[in-house]
Amino acid sequence: MTELSLRLAVSLAQIAAVMGIVMLTVMILTLAERKVLGWMQDRMGPMEVGPYGILQPIADGLKLFFKEDIVPAGANKAMFTLAPILAMVPAMIGFAVIPFGPNVTVDVFGITIKPFVISDINIGVLYILAFASIGAYGIILGGWSSNSKYSLLGGLRSAAQVISYELNVGLAIVGVLLLSGSLSLVTITQAQAGGFWHWFIWGARPDGFFPIHTQIFAFVVFVISAVAETNRVPFDLPEAESELVAGFFTEYSGMRFAFFFIAEYANMVLVSCVAASLFLGGWNAPYPGTILGYAGLEQLAWIENVAWFTLKVYMFLFLFFWLRATLPRLRYDQLMRFGWKVMLPIALANIVVTAITAYFFPR
Amino acid sequence: MEQIFFFYFAFVIAATSVLVVAMRNPVYSALALLIMFFHVAGLYVTLHAEFLAAVQIIVYAGAILVLYLFVVMLLNLKQDDRYHRQWPMAAAVGVTLFVEAIILTVMKGWTAPLAATGTETTIGEAGNTEAIGDVLYSTYLFPFEVASLILLVAMIGAIVLAKKDLGEPTES
Repeated sequence: MTELSLRLAVSLAQIAAVMGIVMLTVMILTLAERKVLGWMQDRMGPMEVGPYGILQPIADGLKLFFKEDIVPAGANKAMFTLAPILAMVPAMIGFAVIPFGPNVTVDVFGITIKPFVISDINIGVLYILAFASIGAYGIILGGWSSNSKYSLLGGLRSAAQVISYELNVGLAIVGVLLLSGSLSLVTITQAQAGGFWHWFIWGARPDGFFPIHTQIFAFVVFVISAVAETNRVPFDLPEAESELVAGFFTEYSGMRFAFFFIAEYANMVLVSCVAASLFLGGWNAPYPGTILGYAGLEQLAWIENVAWFTLKVYMFLFLFFWLRATLPRLRYDQLMRFGWKVMLPIALANIVVTAITAYFFPR
Repeated sequence: MEQIFFFYFAFVIAATSVLVVAMRNPVYSALALLIMFFHVAGLYVTLHAEFLAAVQIIVYAGAILVLYLFVVMLLNLKQDDRYHRQWPMAAAVGVTLFVEAIILTVMKGWTAPLAATGTETTIGEAGNTEAIGDVLYSTYLFPFEVASLILLVAMIGAIVLAKKDLGEPTES
C-alpha cells in the first residue's frame, strides 16, 4: 500500500507541475497575444501595469476574480455553472500524455517514474482526440443555458464546426500513426530522433535522407483544422463579435468567463504540443543527438531537449497570433465547404499515399 | 480492487441509464447519457481494452451525442411530447429482456464459458490496438467489410433524405 500511495504522490506532484506550467503559459500568452498584435499593428500593446506591461496578466486575473458573478434571468443555473467546467477540464486533461522531454526513467524511493510525461499510455493520441471532442459540450451547453439567442447561435455554430474539423484532425494524424506504428506520443516522438529530416513532416527513413514519407500535407491540414477546433481567428465563427456579440459566452462574467478564456488558451497550448510531437519531432533537436551530450554532459541533455520542445510549441503559438493579426474571418458556408470539400479529400488522399509508400518502402 | 471499480461503474451505468429515460428535460437526458458513456469507457479500461475505451468516447460521446444535443436544442421539445403511446411496446420488450437476464443468471452455473480467441497474455504482449487490428483484418475480415458496406448504404440514404433539391432525374 505504501508503494501505491508513493506512486499517487509522485503522480500528483507531476500533475501539479504540469498544471502550473500550463497556467503560467496561459498567463504569458494573454500578454504575448496583445503585445504581438500591438507590434504587428504598429502599436505598443499594454504598457501601464509594470515595466512594458509585463504585470498585465496579473491585473487581468485579479479583475476577473473580483468581478460580480451574474447569472442571467431565465438561465439554467446548474448548466450555466457546469459549462465552463466542461470546457476547462478537457483542455487541461490532455496534457497528461504529452512528452515534454526525453523518455528517461528516474528511480525515486524504489519506484520507477518518467519525469517528463505524466502517463505514457499506449493510446495517447486517441486519448487526446477523445477529450478534445468532449470540449464541445462546454461550448454547446454554455450557449444553451444562457437563455440568449446570440449564445445559442454561437453554441450551435461551434458544435457544427468542432465536429467537422475534428474529423480532419483525426484523419491528418493517421499518416503519422501508419509510419510510427504506435498510438503513444512517447514512441512517436522517439521514432523521429536523429535530425530534422527524420521528423514526420519530412519523413525520411531512419537510414536515409530522402523525404519519402513526407507528411507535409497532413501537417498543413492538421494545423488549419487545429486552429478551427480551438475557435481562433479566422475560424472564430462561434464568437464572431460583429454578428453574435461574443458568441457562446455573451452572458458570462467573472470567473466563469475566465474559465472559458483559460480553456481556449490551454487548448491552443495543447494542440501546439500535439503538433510539435507528431510532426516536428517533439523534444528532438533538429540535429542528431544533443550538443550538451557531445560535450560530455549527458545528464544535462534533457535541458536542451525541453528547450527545443518549448521553442517548437511557442513557434506554433506565435502562428496563432500571426493568423489573428493577418486574416479576416471566414463566412460560415465558406468554413463548412472548406472543411468538407478541401481539407477532407486532402487528408484522405494523404492516408492512401502514405499507406502505399509505407507498404513499398517500410521504415 | 477490481471488484470495487466494477461495481462502481456498473452502478453508475445502471443509474444514469434510468435517468436518461426518466428525466423530464431532454438536455439532462443527454448529459446523463454522456456520464454513462464515460463509465462504459471506464469499464473497458478495467478490462485492459484501452483502445475500445477511447473509441467509445470519440464515437459516442464526441460525435453521436453532440449531434443528439444539437437536435434536442433546435427542436425545443415540449416536455410531454416525449412519450407517445410506446408504453405497451416498451413494457413487452422490457419484460422479455428482464426474464432473459434472470434465466441467463440462473443458467450460468450449467454453461461453459465461451472460448476466448486471444488470452490476456497474448494481447498484453502485442498491445491492445494491434490485437484488435490483427483480428479485424484476418479472422473477422468478412463481417468487417459487410459492416462498412452497410454504413455506406446508410450514408447514401442519409444524403438522399437530406438533399431536398435533388432535382427530378431526367427521363432519357
